[in-house]
Amino acid sequence: MIRVELPAHLRTLASVNGEVTLDITGQATQRSVLDALEARYPMLQGAIRDHVTQNRRPFLRFFACQEDLSHESPDAPLPEQVATGKEPFLIIGAIAGG
Amino acid sequence: MSGVRVLVGTKKGAFILTSDGKREKWDVSGPFLSGWEIYHLKGSPVEPNRLYASQSSGWFGQQIQRSNDGGKTWEPVGNKFVYDGIPGTHQWYDGTAHPWEFKRVWHLEPSLNDPDTVYAGVEDAAMFRTTDGGQNWQELSGLRGHGSGPHWAPGAGGMCLHTILIDPSRPDRMFIAISAAGAFRTDDAGKTWRPINQGLKSLHIPDPTAAVGHCVHRIAMHRSRPDVLFMQKHWDVMRSDDAGDSWHEVSGNLPTDFGFPIDVHAHEPETIYVVPIKSDSEHFPPEGKLRVYRSRTGGNEWEALTKGLPQTDCYVNILRDAMAVDSLDSCGVYFGTTGGQVYASANAGDSWAPIVRDLPAVLSVEVQTLP
Repeated sequence: MIRVELPAHLRTLASVNGEVTLDITGQATQRSVLDALEARYPMLQGAIRDHVTQNRRPFLRFFACQEDLSHESPDAPLPEQVATGKEPFLIIGAIAGG
Repeated sequence: MSGVRVLVGTKKGAFILTSDGKREKWDVSGPFLSGWEIYHLKGSPVEPNRLYASQSSGWFGQQIQRSNDGGKTWEPVGNKFVYDGIPGTHQWYDGTAHPWEFKRVWHLEPSLNDPDTVYAGVEDAAMFRTTDGGQNWQELSGLRGHGSGPHWAPGAGGMCLHTILIDPSRPDRMFIAISAAGAFRTDDAGKTWRPINQGLKSLHIPDPTAAVGHCVHRIAMHRSRPDVLFMQKHWDVMRSDDAGDSWHEVSGNLPTDFGFPIDVHAHEPETIYVVPIKSDSEHFPPEGKLRVYRSRTGGNEWEALTKGLPQTDCYVNILRDAMAVDSLDSCGVYFGTTGGQVYASANAGDSWAPIVRDLPAVLSVEVQTLP
């Protein structure tokens, strides 16, 4: 089980409260987690990754285990603590703007 | 008694203002979709409780929201706007070629006869259409592909397709406008397009009378006379009597002919409204006086409408999609400001009163006249 924490606006958009939990088939990577997240909540397609390039949107970051994973390969394995559900995968909106 | 529903898009959410036909007491509901920029929301003419909203954010991109109950509840629908084929390039601010990149939806124009069909004007400039209530969007790529696209350039607000007018007597005919490319017309439901900018003169482009490159801010028509178009250009108020084939200036005695919105009285096709703004670098009313100008002669002769509007120390702007009219017997006129006020006149502009004063900056105003 993977735990995912969304920023407030995306929780509202997806009509969820608190963390989202996902079951991933195969290795837990950014791509597999986001694929599973978007499959369950289609309204999040395009809100985290670009529809076409699948690149992370510029003002979002991926954190876990006190590390910034934003620039890791989307196919790199996530930390063991995330893969086992001990730590959440955090999707963070930049602290910027008005 | 009939009533009105004013749909207000702001920098931080949508608001819905309702009143009966007297338009004296108002109910304000919202914010809906709070925290997001609502560039535009508009209702279907054939199913008024079906509303569509463009919801965007610098963080999370574009969403389209749909309501089936007049805006009480909303549901996200499709948000995938992908240019048809290889997007190509347009001019960047410095004149270099820049790839087309989707940024946001500026304007949603529901079909006149099908609640599931909606046209979307987007930045970077293109037109999309849904025929399934917003779930899927396809580009009408004949517009970008007609030939002049590589010469289009963004205005200060981005290269946006902001105006979509559907000819009620010939539904295959539509007019659109792009900052800064100009006005275009299709006569075959969006398959092919041609620029309709003859007569426009823009001193800020290399060839002031070029076929494209004009910063058109807004176009309006009266549904009874769809061949007569009124335009607020970056500078100049213009008029066409031949469906855009040619334009002539009708700025007349306006204190400044820069501005953003323009609209037409619901029952008097020769009565039009603009809000003069001091200049393109000073986006506020001249002399700090908020004045709507009305012409009852289709342009050239203008009168200032000031009763109820602030006449000292007012430095707000009125954006291009932030003026609308209702179709009650005494035509109501509405506009919203970047200072968060929404003003209404229930007597065609003779006098005004604020419906609300302290919303976030207003991006768009639409009005539905309800039975």
